[in-house]
Amino acid sequence: MSTSLTPADWIGLFTHFTALSLLAVGGVITTVPDMQRYLVADQHWLTDSQFTSSVALAQAAPGPNVLFVALMGWNVGLNAGGGLGGGPTAWALALLGVAATMTGILLPSSILTYSATQWAHRNRELRAVRAFKVGMAPMVIALMLATGWLLIANHDQPQRDWPLWLLATVATLLVWRTKIHLLWMIGAGALLGAIGWV
Amino acid sequence: MPTETSTAPQASRPSLNQPRSRTDLFVSFTLLALQGFGGVVAVVQRELVERKRWMTREQFVEDWAVAHVMPGPSVVNLSMMIGGRYFGLGGALAAMAGMLAIPLVIVLLLAALYSGVADTAVAQGALRGMGAVAAGLVAATGLKLTGALAKNAMGLGICIALAVLTFVAIAVLRWPLAWVLPGIGVPACLWAWTRLAATDGNHAEKQT
Repeated sequence: MSTSLTPADWIGLFTHFTALSLLAVGGVITTVPDMQRYLVADQHWLTDSQFTSSVALAQAAPGPNVLFVALMGWNVGLNAGGGLGGGPTAWALALLGVAATMTGILLPSSILTYSATQWAHRNRELRAVRAFKVGMAPMVIALMLATGWLLIANHDQPQRDWPLWLLATVATLLVWRTKIHLLWMIGAGALLGAIGWV
Repeated sequence: MPTETSTAPQASRPSLNQPRSRTDLFVSFTLLALQGFGGVVAVVQRELVERKRWMTREQFVEDWAVAHVMPGPSVVNLSMMIGGRYFGLGGALAAMAGMLAIPLVIVLLLAALYSGVADTAVAQGALRGMGAVAAGLVAATGLKLTGALAKNAMGLGICIALAVLTFVAIAVLRWPLAWVLPGIGVPACLWAWTRLAATDGNHAEKQT
């Protein structure tokens, strides 16, 4: 895929992600539908499969899931430079894309979170601050359980997907009840998937 | 009087460790991030609470609540909060850079490699298997943290009810978080406020 971006387009890319940064309550993954609308449907800067594989690859790779945003910027830049065969120009534009999307998604939320949490730490004895933390605790724990559930519930064909459900259940029990290193379990999952057992 | 910091128990605090320097923060968070396939929060909980003992399980739940409710990537928010607590802005930036810098290079390299094998059954199968394990890791971390609710000032019964409501709204009904968070969170915080007001009042009476 090949596109071209004007300087105004680059600024638009950056400012769109700064806006999403402040809307990303509960994690950046919640803004994925809007990113798809903007990058794929409206601007045609990414193909649908580039978009989907950016999310999937970042989730499988080590590091925070927010890195899928970097992959989107990378692919936007690469497309603008003529794709993988575009040489140094394409690589430079790909890096510009990473800088635009990552700075955009991180800067506003980080400034807000840092200021707010420093304030809350200084005022940690205020009853309102303590009530917030106490009150939100059951919700965020439930959100983790819900995230695990949703990640596996997308595979909704029991006859084909039961080994995947079994694997997720075994992983849950092992992490919950044992001290086995997490990397062994991820490795085992990759291996079982690669040989086609799940 | 309220305890010195938040609601975590006083007794468990003296045995806690803390990061030695900004470099320690950067290296620690880099290592955490590099172990985090499919999300880092499971690793952060295991390493910082169970291994390094920088925080108690109760403190982790409180911090994670704030990091998750604030806008932006939750686990990056969490690293900034922890770094900032010990070493101010420099600590926050060191922890955040640790969380992002090297994983960013790796994910870009992987993307370049993956474009060559994206269509093979082996690569897709491996991604599928890793995804299932990652789902288990997040769920298990949630299960571990439920233990922290026993000490919650709202009472265990209320906590379980709030957690079940949240799970049903998000995972079963698939309601948007932007509605669920204020819809359940605001009443929960108000209830917590009245419970804390009652216990603070009792403490004050006992002291006079």
